[in-house]
Amino acid sequence: MPTIHEKKFVSGDPSKCIGCCVCEYACSMEHENTYNPTKSRIRAIRLNSFVNLAVACRLCEDSPCVAACPRDALMQSEETGIILVDEDKCNGCGWCIEACDYGAIQLHPESKKVFVCDLCDGEPKCVEWCPEEALDFTTKDIISQKARISAVKKLFQDALKSEK
Amino acid sequence: MSYAKRILYVDLTTGKTEVKPLDEKLAKEYIGGIGLGMKLFLDHSKAGVDALSPENPLIFITGPLSGTMAPSAGNSYAVVSKSPLTDGINESKAHGFFGSELKRAGYDAIIFTGKSEKLVYVWIDDESVQLLDAEQLKGKSPAETDDAIREELGDFYIRVSAIGEAGEKLVRVACIINDEFRAIGRGGMGAVMGSKNLKAVAVRGTKDVNVADAEEFTEFVRTIHERMKGPATRKYRTLGTPENVLVLNALAALPTRNFSQATFEGAEKVSGEYLNERYVKKIIGCATCGMRCDHIAVVPEGEYKGSTSRIEFECLWAVGPLCAVDRLDAIIEAIRLCDYYGIDGISTGVIVAFAMDLYENGIITKKDTDGMDLSFGNHAALVETIKRIGTRTGWLGNVLAEGSMRAGKEIGRGAEKYANHIKGMELPGYDLRTLKTAALGFSVSYRGACHLRSGAYSPDVKGKVDRFKIEKGRGKLIMDGEDLYNVVDSLILCKFSRGVMYDGLKDMAKYYTLATGIEMTPEELIKAGERINNLARVINIREGKGTRKDDTLPWKIMNVPVPDEGIAKGAVVNQKEFDLGLDDYYSVRGWTKDGIPTPEKLKELGLKDLVSIVKKKISSMK
Repeated sequence: MPTIHEKKFVSGDPSKCIGCCVCEYACSMEHENTYNPTKSRIRAIRLNSFVNLAVACRLCEDSPCVAACPRDALMQSEETGIILVDEDKCNGCGWCIEACDYGAIQLHPESKKVFVCDLCDGEPKCVEWCPEEALDFTTKDIISQKARISAVKKLFQDALKSEK
Repeated sequence: MSYAKRILYVDLTTGKTEVKPLDEKLAKEYIGGIGLGMKLFLDHSKAGVDALSPENPLIFITGPLSGTMAPSAGNSYAVVSKSPLTDGINESKAHGFFGSELKRAGYDAIIFTGKSEKLVYVWIDDESVQLLDAEQLKGKSPAETDDAIREELGDFYIRVSAIGEAGEKLVRVACIINDEFRAIGRGGMGAVMGSKNLKAVAVRGTKDVNVADAEEFTEFVRTIHERMKGPATRKYRTLGTPENVLVLNALAALPTRNFSQATFEGAEKVSGEYLNERYVKKIIGCATCGMRCDHIAVVPEGEYKGSTSRIEFECLWAVGPLCAVDRLDAIIEAIRLCDYYGIDGISTGVIVAFAMDLYENGIITKKDTDGMDLSFGNHAALVETIKRIGTRTGWLGNVLAEGSMRAGKEIGRGAEKYANHIKGMELPGYDLRTLKTAALGFSVSYRGACHLRSGAYSPDVKGKVDRFKIEKGRGKLIMDGEDLYNVVDSLILCKFSRGVMYDGLKDMAKYYTLATGIEMTPEELIKAGERINNLARVINIREGKGTRKDDTLPWKIMNVPVPDEGIAKGAVVNQKEFDLGLDDYYSVRGWTKDGIPTPEKLKELGLKDLVSIVKKKISSMK
């Protein structure tokens, strides 16, 4: 099992996301061979013009969704950390949906079972398609590292300029 | 197959709804969007019906690519009806999120007829179609209506297309707005909706939208996405269309003070450059499109602090330079108010400029304005007049709410000469005295003064022709532009993305075939464009419009030479060159000298059923 430091997931950057939903279309085409955002494992939210973000599974440690399933239909992959759904066991009761703080696990409009991001076998199509490069397939450590770098760059922008 | 193959009929008088299949042959001949919309209009309307009567059908229609992942075309819809502004055929398109939702609900089009007794909104939840009470939404803006309906129905992802107070009050320049800033802007479609007591259309669509060849289509979309990041969309992604302010000003083609001057001394202060540096806070986009073109501007300080709106060139120009207002904060507020009441920002700005011109020339006075100083450049008066138009307040608000053509007639005393419209629709932001291909192109457009019916300003602005004269050959340029734009608007590709079709019609035909599975060649596509233009012309003829006498230019364009010093001084369109241009255009179109499509032309285009209309007209003119 990869540690929480190593697990890669799909992360959205609210400063770049424009709420265009290209990720939703790419996801539904990859998994369901159709264009249908209601069958997408990542969903974009536009609260207003300035606040946009696409949200997918964050591969939590000790996943609340797994813990919440009374039928043992969910388990977390030891290899990648994604949530695996046993469709024979899932009856769509929705306890996992209530347990997820991010709305990342959803009820499928047709199968009536839950479905969730599976990282497209390690090559997430949403990340590949995002026209704004607002989605990253990354780890929490890299996200914090990037944030630190850009914060320091901002702090020392004058010094960086004079170097050139 | 990306057509839903279903048309929804809603009779607002009886509340009855019905679904009928889409005729696939019609779909290919008219593509979708405005083409198919106008064909459905012809088939479901009677001649001579008032635009605001229950008998005038109002058609919401998607394109063949709506609901797919196609950037720009995937998120679009159009509205077609008879216009209360021009009394002729009208079409208008909008992007955003609504169009895709409508297709996903399983409909290519909705045809609204009749009139509801009370204000209602229609709630389309896939198969379920209900008319719900909208009394609580009365007077609300389109954006407020959107929020209220999603709140009431309890689903954040419902998409709404709505009118504001202006539509309810039958303001003839009322528009329909979806997704906060996206407008079915021109031609008063909001008033038609209001005349039916229809406040909004709310949709939730959960069905699949499939294309004929998913793999190839998705690959083509990937190519288009890559092109979207390239030079063809640079303008829209960076400064946005307000870039035009300084470009047109330098060409002496930026109409100022109600088409008195062709340059604006305050252009720098309302330029795209100035706007982006000081006001644009975020650039966002529509569903399925990564181009990003929506420049959302916020006023950071002063009396209009906090005012937020989406800014494009046309509206900026209309409420800015044309009214001689050189303050972007007031311009942002003026455009916000247009969206708030639900009125077309282009027409509204031109109407306010018209009123200011009347005031400056003493045709109306403070007595008529309830004490308001309506001088050019008075931003407070601009904002106040927009409020009055949007709410039909007072004599001034009511008369201006009728549009500049009707207002000019009603006010009289020579006011008509100051009304800058063609066929009743107000001019967009191009000085037709210094862009003469545009002058001819705008005059023959079937929906009235419109830069988007042929893009006829483009050869002028790009220097491909001598823009200071009309000569033989312009007719062909305009015809080609019109036919192409009919295709673009029937596929409902966003015009900002027209440049990414590197192979033009070939790319469009490929797009169409991959999505629908219906074979289509570039030749068939452009033929459809020609068919659509002739169809629209004949609908206008049926309505008593659409002949040479209706292809006109505003009085100022033909009588007031450009006064500005420089390259354009003295420019004006004269009758002789204009007549030559019309003759040239009608001739390449295969129309009579009076601008009527001949029976032969109609037969060639497969429009045999329209022959009786033109025959009647031709013989009545002898």
